[in-house]
Amino acid sequence: MEREINFIKDKRLIPVAEKVFSGERLDFEDGLILFESGDLLSIGYLASFVNEKKNENKVYFNVNVHITPTNICIGTCKFCAFRKNKDDEGAYELTIEKIIEKLDSLNLDGVTEVHIVGGLHPDWGYEYYLEMVKRIKEEYPFIQIKAFTAEEIKHIAERGEKSIEETLKEFKEAGLSSMPGGGGEIFNPEVRDKLCPEKISAEEYLDIHKTAHRLGIKTNATMLFGHVESYRDRVEHLLMLRETQDETGGFQAFIPLAFHPINTKIEGADYTTAVDEMKTLAISRLLLDNFDHIKAYWIMLGEKVAQLSLFYGVDDLDGTVVEEEITQAAGAKAGKYMPKERLIRLIKEAGKIPVERDALYNVVKIY
Amino acid sequence: MSLREDIERFAEDRALLKIYEKIEDGRRLDFEDGIKLFETTDILTLGRLASFVNEKKNGKLVYFVVNRHINPTNICIGNCKFCAFRKSKGDEGAYELTIEEILKKAGEYVDKGITEIHLVGGLHPDWSYDYYLQMIKELHEAYPDVNIQAFTAEEIDYLSRIGRKEIEEVIIDLVKAGLGSIPAGGAEIFNTKVRNSLCPEKLTAQRYLEVHKTAHRFGLKSNASILYGHVESYRDRVEHLLMLREAQDETGGFQAFLSFAYHPENTALGGKKTTGFDDLKMLAAARLLLDNFPHIRAFWIMLGEKLAQTSLFFGVDDLDGTVVEEEITRCAGADTGSYMPKSRLIKLIKEAGKIPVERDSVYNVVNVYYGEE
Repeated sequence: MEREINFIKDKRLIPVAEKVFSGERLDFEDGLILFESGDLLSIGYLASFVNEKKNENKVYFNVNVHITPTNICIGTCKFCAFRKNKDDEGAYELTIEKIIEKLDSLNLDGVTEVHIVGGLHPDWGYEYYLEMVKRIKEEYPFIQIKAFTAEEIKHIAERGEKSIEETLKEFKEAGLSSMPGGGGEIFNPEVRDKLCPEKISAEEYLDIHKTAHRLGIKTNATMLFGHVESYRDRVEHLLMLRETQDETGGFQAFIPLAFHPINTKIEGADYTTAVDEMKTLAISRLLLDNFDHIKAYWIMLGEKVAQLSLFYGVDDLDGTVVEEEITQAAGAKAGKYMPKERLIRLIKEAGKIPVERDALYNVVKIY
Repeated sequence: MSLREDIERFAEDRALLKIYEKIEDGRRLDFEDGIKLFETTDILTLGRLASFVNEKKNGKLVYFVVNRHINPTNICIGNCKFCAFRKSKGDEGAYELTIEEILKKAGEYVDKGITEIHLVGGLHPDWSYDYYLQMIKELHEAYPDVNIQAFTAEEIDYLSRIGRKEIEEVIIDLVKAGLGSIPAGGAEIFNTKVRNSLCPEKLTAQRYLEVHKTAHRFGLKSNASILYGHVESYRDRVEHLLMLREAQDETGGFQAFLSFAYHPENTALGGKKTTGFDDLKMLAAARLLLDNFPHIRAFWIMLGEKLAQTSLFFGVDDLDGTVVEEEITRCAGADTGSYMPKSRLIKLIKEAGKIPVERDSVYNVVNVYYGEE
């Protein structure tokens, strides 16, 4: 071939690209150069290169339902539009019976995962949470329970006056399969203090995940972006996750969560834009060289960006979801249910192979 | 392995390399090239090619207009199967605005700095030729500084029928009344078979092109469109684009090409929504095939804001406008809202690393937004 598309327009990216091609690990500065670059297509090429080495043409999704047991929460995170005080209008709490009823009312044919996250309820005790997991496992032994963010695990452990390790052990015995990634927010302490001073620190978040990993519980990791954080904060966050993963290898997927501004307490905040979202996904793929999967959460990104992200390093479109409440409260526009057929079409049309997985990335079916 | 070899591996679809060579040499793409563009799944390389062409034409500039859409009526004698907007007289939800109401709707926004009123609607069974003319005339008299972009080729064809006049006469009358430019709608898909299955009563492809070419000869600028994502094939899309290219070779009067993503809700045709992947392919392929069109426009109402922004890396250089109130796509299930503040449009463009340029209907520059606002 005489001529070639000289695809990298931003020349600052060339040394980064060379590292990517030779399999060398990227550092903090590389991460910043990537975020500062406007050369979206080149970043996409690089992320696709890495993704295809790891996942070839496969794109994962799962058939799942979300249960949000309560929106009553003692937390005060400023970016949250979901939480309520006990007496607030619209506050709700589901009894275990109600949760079972709710699950019964949904069509659980082919559902492999129930995803449970919610508020830090001031009155619910350790036993209540444990019972919730037990009952769901009893009723639906074939459905994997992915439940409780690190923040909730800490809350539950404190309620029971137990260590994180004891807590996780008991919940695992009760039927917990894996843990979601929520609560990562932004690790940088200054930004974190501004957003959610009462939340677990970055170190606690990472410790809880590491403990889970040591007990054989797989987890995911997240980052909430698009509010007041800088590019430096994002890179720092990603590298802290990478370091943790080096230690334990227990993270399955990384999910960048796009900030949604409606009804939150962050002044002047706006919706993220598609360019920032795709960049963040792609750069996550490039920096997190020890994560198997990068997931685009369509509830937050919208279906169209989620599909396009398959060219920006993403290999997982999350699930059919059914009834998501948390993002809805902050002005999500993407809806809360995606039929499996639509997910399959989105993936196929992008020239990829749809792979239905369970919560632990066991293959259920290849389409 | 050298970087160069690795780069070569990225353009997985070798057919695109051949097309790149043609583009670089300034050779025109043909029908078969067009099919290859649509058949590829190597969308990033497609984006690179489309960006290469777009940047030669428009640099880093991305245009938008501060405008207001008004749909004067949804009562329509047409029965296009892809339409969710039309009503018969007497149907629930049928409406017709009086000229006074139209003036009022426009007036609310004239003070807010709109430079364009975009007026398209149904083919009303009772409105006369003179009534349509009067509408333009009064709008123009009330707001002489605002450009009136009105009436699709289908509506102009309808005017020629109800007024028993030649297209040429209709255009002359409209221009005298104050018409400034002609919108893109009504093209749908040119292929006769598909067209007959979708909208047998609509003006033919030839008539659509004739209306536009006639307008061009009078110095009026217009835009062109395609409706895609329903039952048409890639071949139909390429054929459509090449017919537009040929017409543009003759007159040079088209400013922008818009691709309308089919929205299935509440239509007789039904079917599925397009996906983001297909939307981008459509725009990028249009940029590459329509080498004589200065602008490719992403209509965010139909694509969604996010996809519209992304399309700036796939050959698009125009994000249309603030719109304010759009009924036609909303009726078919668009969930994008119908107003985009100017500040958000500017943010979308800047964040993509481009330069926002506010334009009027005919691409005169109103303002350039450099640096921080």
